[in-house]
Amino acid sequence: MPVITYRQALNDTLRAELTRDENVFLIGEEIGQFEGSYKITAGLLDEFGPTRVRDTPIAEEGFVGAAIGAAMMGLRPVAEIMTINFSLIAMDQIVNHAAKIYGMFGGQTPVPMVIRTPGGGGQQLGATHSQNLEVWYAHVPGLKVVAPSTPADAKGLLTAAIRDDDPVIFLENLSLYNTKGEVPDGEQVTEIGKAAIAKEGTDITVIAYSRASVIAVETARKLEEEGISVEVVDLRSLRPLDRQTVCESVRKTSRAVVLEDDWLSYGVGAEISATVMEGAFDYLDAPVRRVAAAEVPLPYAKPMETAALPDAQDLTKVIREQLEATSFFR
Amino acid sequence: MSTHDSSSADDGGLVQLLLPDGERIADAGYDKWVADVDDDQLKSLYEDMVVVRRIDTEATALQRQGELGLWPPLIGQEAAQIGSGRTLRQDDFVFASYRENGVAYCRGVEYTDLLRVWRGHTHSGWNPYDINMAPSQVIIGSQTLHATGYALGCQQDGVDTVAISYFGDGATSQGDPNEAMVFAASFQAPVIFFCQNNQWAISEPVGLQARAPIASRAPGFGIPSMRVDGNDVLAVMAATRIALDRARSGNGPTYIEAVTYRMGPHTTSDDPSRYVDVLEREGWQAKDPISRLEAYLQSRGLLTDEFTGRVNATADDVAAKVREGCLGLEPPEPLSVFDHVYSEPTSWLERQKDEYVQYLQTFEGGQ
Ligand SMILES: Cc1ncc(C[n+]2csc(CCOP(=O)(O)OP(=O)(O)O)c2C)c(N)n1
Ligand SMILES: [Mg+2]
Repeated sequence: MPVITYRQALNDTLRAELTRDENVFLIGEEIGQFEGSYKITAGLLDEFGPTRVRDTPIAEEGFVGAAIGAAMMGLRPVAEIMTINFSLIAMDQIVNHAAKIYGMFGGQTPVPMVIRTPGGGGQQLGATHSQNLEVWYAHVPGLKVVAPSTPADAKGLLTAAIRDDDPVIFLENLSLYNTKGEVPDGEQVTEIGKAAIAKEGTDITVIAYSRASVIAVETARKLEEEGISVEVVDLRSLRPLDRQTVCESVRKTSRAVVLEDDWLSYGVGAEISATVMEGAFDYLDAPVRRVAAAEVPLPYAKPMETAALPDAQDLTKVIREQLEATSFFR
Repeated sequence: MSTHDSSSADDGGLVQLLLPDGERIADAGYDKWVADVDDDQLKSLYEDMVVVRRIDTEATALQRQGELGLWPPLIGQEAAQIGSGRTLRQDDFVFASYRENGVAYCRGVEYTDLLRVWRGHTHSGWNPYDINMAPSQVIIGSQTLHATGYALGCQQDGVDTVAISYFGDGATSQGDPNEAMVFAASFQAPVIFFCQNNQWAISEPVGLQARAPIASRAPGFGIPSMRVDGNDVLAVMAATRIALDRARSGNGPTYIEAVTYRMGPHTTSDDPSRYVDVLEREGWQAKDPISRLEAYLQSRGLLTDEFTGRVNATADDVAAKVREGCLGLEPPEPLSVFDHVYSEPTSWLERQKDEYVQYLQTFEGGQ
C-alpha cells in the first residue's frame, strides 16, 4: 500500500472527486493560485480551471452562504475555510442555514456541501488562530462532523463527505498535514458515524479523535512495553457519534480516559463521559477522566502553548493514575 | 490562470500632490491642508519613512535569522502610514491590522514592544492606552467596528477625539467593515476608515475584492470618500487632515482609500514570486514613496549629503536598537497564562493554575 501524507491524501481525494463528478467544485480564499494556506489544493486550479476551483473575496460568511445556495441547486461545493477560527464569521450561514434548510424547507432541498477546515494549536499562532471549536458544530443537529486522524481516513471520510447529501464539517488539523500513513489505492469510502479501534487493548480505553488520536496510539504503544494494554478508540466522527463502539470498548476494559484538544468544560470529553455513564456505568471501575486543554485563550509563547495543550505526558499520567486507583498494579 | 485583473480601476480620480518623479503639482482643494509643511517638516517626513523602512528590513532579517517567528513587512506603504500617522493627535485612537508598524512608530511605540508579538511571546506588545493604539488585529476587518464604537464613545463624551481604523483591500469584502460604515454613517461617528489598498490580499489581486474603485463604495453608505495616491506622503497628509477636521467638527465619518503597493511578501512566510507579475512590481517600484520625496527634496536643494548622512545614521541607530531590543526579549512567565482570562480569577481557573504548577514542576528534576 502506498505511504503518503495526510495532505497528499486530501489533495488526491479532491482531485479524484472533481474528476468523478462534475458537480463537485471547490470554493474558498487563496485556494487557486496560492493552492490553499496549507497547500491542500495544490495543482487543482491548473487541472480544473477557475470555475471549479474558485478563489473568493475575503469573506467567509460570503462564500459559505454562496456554497449553500449552489448546493441547493444540485452542485456539491467543497468549501475551504483557512482555519476553523475564521469559520466563526460564517457561523450564521453554517448553523442557521446549512444545518436547517433541509428540514425547514420540508425535506425538499438537500444541502450537499462540505466545509473543510483545519483546527488545532501547537503552531504558535496565538489565541484567535489556534482554537479547537469542533464541539460548536458537533452540537448542531443537521450537521455532520468528521475529524480523521490518519491519511487513510482523510481519504475515506472526505470521499464520503463529498458524496453525502447533508452538510459535513470536515475537520483537519494543522499538525497532521505532514504525518504519513498507508492509504489504499482506488476508491475508498469510510462510513460517516463509525469509530475505529485504532489499537486494541484490554486494560483501559482511551477515546480520542484527530491529533489526539495519534498521540493516544503512540502512548498506547509505549505503555505496551511496560505490559499495560491500552485500547484506543478513534472517534473519526463527532456527529453522528458511534456510541456503541465507545461503550463496547469500555465494557471490555472497565476504565476510560478521553484525550481531547478542545477546552475541558462542555467539550467532546463531556459528551463521551455521559455516553459511557449511560452505556457502560456498571462496567466502570473508576470515573471517566478527561485530558483536555487549559481553559485559557491559547498562549502565543512556545513553552506556554506546549504546556496549555494536552500531550502524551499528560495522558500517560492520567492513565497511570486511573490504573493505580483501580488496583491494577497490585 | 486568473479570471480577474489585478487592478480594480484605472488611476483616474486620484488625489496627488507629488508625482512619482518628485514634481510638486498644485491642487486647489488639497494644497491648503499641507500649506504648513515647511522644509523641516518635509525632511522629517522623509526621515520617518526611511527609518520605518529600515526597521522593516531589520525585522525581516531578524525573522530570517530565527529571532522572530513572523514579520509582516510594510515596504512600499511608508507614505500611507507616515502621512496619516503623523497627522493624528495624541488623544486620537488607532485601530489597525497587523501591517501598520509605521503608524505604531508615529504613535511612539517602543521598538521592543513592536517586536514582542512577532517574537511569539505575547498577544499584545504594548499597553494600548500608552500610545492610544490597539494591538494588531489579525481577524480581517473586525477592528473597523471597534473604531466605530470607540468613536461613538467619544461622541457621547463630547470630546473631539477621533478614531481611525486601518485595514486592507482584502478586508473590504468582509461584513464587518461594511457594517461599520452603516453604523458610522447612521450615528455620524467621528471615525476615519483608512483603507490601504496595496493591491493584494495574500495572493488575491484587488480585482477579486472590488470591480469599482474601493473609495467609490463609501458614498453609497452616506460617507464622503477620497481616493489618494498612497505613495504620496503629502496627499495622504492632506486627505487625513480633511477627514480629521470633519470628524472633530461633528460632521461624521470619512473614508480614505490610499492606493499603494505591497512591495514585499504578505509576511515573511510568503513567496510572492509565485503569483506577482515582475512587470507589475517594477511599475510600482517606479512610484516608490521614498524616492519620490527624495526627488522633491533634491529639487528644493534640501537633499544634502549632510542631511542624508544624518538620516541614514539615525536609521542605522534605530535598527541597532531594534536588534538589541529583540534579542533581549524574554518570554513571559508561564503562569501568566492564567492572568487575564477574567478581570477577577475564578476558582475553577485557580484550580487549573494549581494543576499547571504541578505540571511545570514535573520538568524540574530533569524530566
Ligand atoms: C477572518 C479572516 N479570514 C482570513 C484570514 C487570513 N488572512 C490573513 S491576512 C489576509 C489578507 C488580507 O488582505 P488585506 O486586507 O488586503 O490586507 P494586507 O495583508 O494586504 O495588508 C487573509 C485572507 C484572516 N486573518 N482572518
Ligand atoms: Mg491588501
